[in-house]
Amino acid sequence: MRLIPYPPGIIVGGKVLFKGKDLLTVSDEEMRHIRGAQIAMIFQEPTTSLNPVLSVQLQLSESLELHRGISRAEGVEEAVKLIKLVGIPDAERRAADYPYQFSGGMQQRIMMAMALSCNPDLIIADEPTTSVDVTVQAQLLELIDNLRSQFGTAVILITHNLGIVARYVDRVNVMYAGRLVETGPTDAIYNAPRHPYTMGLIGSVPRLDLPRKRKLFVIDGLPPHLARLPKGCAFSPRCQYAISRCHEERPELEEVGENHSSACFRREETEIFERTT
Amino acid sequence: MAQDGNIIEVENMYMYFPVLAGVMRRQVGDVKAVDGVSFQIKRGETLGLVGESGCGKTTTGRCILQLYKITGGKVTFNGRDLTKMKGKELRSVRKNMQLIFQDPYASLDPRMNAGSIVGEPMLVHKLVRGAEYREQVAELFRLVQLEPFMADRYPHEFSGGQRQRIGIARALSTRPEFIICDEPVSALDVSIQTQIITLLIRLREEMNLTYLFIAHDLSVVRHISDRVAVMYLGKIVEITNSDELYDNPLHPYTQALLSAVPIPNPVVDRQRKRILLTGDVPSPINPPSGCSFHPRCHMAIDICKEQLPEFREVGSGHWVSCHRV
Repeated sequence: MRLIPYPPGIIVGGKVLFKGKDLLTVSDEEMRHIRGAQIAMIFQEPTTSLNPVLSVQLQLSESLELHRGISRAEGVEEAVKLIKLVGIPDAERRAADYPYQFSGGMQQRIMMAMALSCNPDLIIADEPTTSVDVTVQAQLLELIDNLRSQFGTAVILITHNLGIVARYVDRVNVMYAGRLVETGPTDAIYNAPRHPYTMGLIGSVPRLDLPRKRKLFVIDGLPPHLARLPKGCAFSPRCQYAISRCHEERPELEEVGENHSSACFRREETEIFERTT
Repeated sequence: MAQDGNIIEVENMYMYFPVLAGVMRRQVGDVKAVDGVSFQIKRGETLGLVGESGCGKTTTGRCILQLYKITGGKVTFNGRDLTKMKGKELRSVRKNMQLIFQDPYASLDPRMNAGSIVGEPMLVHKLVRGAEYREQVAELFRLVQLEPFMADRYPHEFSGGQRQRIGIARALSTRPEFIICDEPVSALDVSIQTQIITLLIRLREEMNLTYLFIAHDLSVVRHISDRVAVMYLGKIVEITNSDELYDNPLHPYTQALLSAVPIPNPVVDRQRKRILLTGDVPSPINPPSGCSFHPRCHMAIDICKEQLPEFREVGSGHWVSCHRV
């Protein structure tokens, strides 16, 4: 999204290809036409992301006016339709309300309406349900999922909730200390994880379908500070399977199955780990 | 000693907050935060309390500790009625009941070092003297797996998980019998959550603690609790032991709550029945007539709109309030 302010943030290398175009080389002007119109973002906290002094229809209409060049009146009309689409009852009347008049779940629906407003090709949802209750979480994620299949939008779902990942996503990238440590199809990641960090995460959460007094797997220690990364594999100080090579060299992602890669020197031995834990 | 080894008994507890309006600040209504709640907690037991935000979980906890003056009902601790106590007497009981807070960022005084945060309750209750103090603080640090030398650091120098450990050490400093854990892991990362849950379970066993564990994450609550109470809009709608609640939930609200929690395994999760609740929790100022859950309930019939269902025992220790059970 190129939303990291410079300074201090600087993208030192790499490419971000979106529909074949490298987003890191396009002009600011062009980026403004992509951002919001073709790639939209749903933020974590709707309460702080919405503008408190603008009615929701005006906030929704703003991006429509900018990206589609329609008038305020048309924008507002369109906004009401969007509010209806995300399942807010009594949309005509509520459209003129201000964010504080909505509950947290409803505010997040408005964020979603905003993200959808220009029919983007990609939606980045950053912890969209962290601040809401489980029942509302289920409503919101069902909504994202329905809209995804209805409009054929691609979704990047950023979350720490392993349950949500299992229920809603097709492919998973597991990140640790700024790098991908494992990537693969959801079923493979859950049923045959090939990185000790992924294995630890999956083993550490209480599950409703397993015996209650099951001993949870505890990953000791803390994630490292990104400015003081340990030498070698960043996970090695917390990894019970680390060997001396892990503390010296950094493993790269290597294929372990179909579309499934792991960045671990001992990736071929993980099945043995599984049996011992 | 209380009967049947109950450490806490809550009987028909009500907590209404007045709603004031107009220039005269006249009372125009009540927020019925806790609306007739009863339960007992046995010594050494952990009772889970779950429900959506605004359902009165935290208020229930605070009422037990007498942090609010309750509108009606009775709370007994070890057989003594707390609602009739005042001043010194209440203070002396309070050291046996502690609270672990939700937000480890907001609940620690940023201007106190970790050692004083942990040790303060011991000074307030005059439990230690002189050299003993530092020793005790160090001991508490070790108990929650922090290094005693960290006592001189300030809260901002700790991570979220470490801060929660400080909060736990502080709660333990007066050697309480009963601890209310109010969403103790909600603000933490997954791997840190497990560390704290495991720590709480270990401390419970080592120090023979009784917990009231308040949380909205049902998988966490089930893991740590012996029994679970489900709250909706100020009332307990179902209470039973943890395994029964998850294997055989009877209230439609409990069923919906459980089905909303995805299981972190795609294959298992796909096979589950899902009930999607519509709408939000109604306002506790003006709760719906009859059963307050009826507007969102997929099983509601006419009687649910008119009559408040009775809270009755349908199996051994399994209580539920629903017309359709």
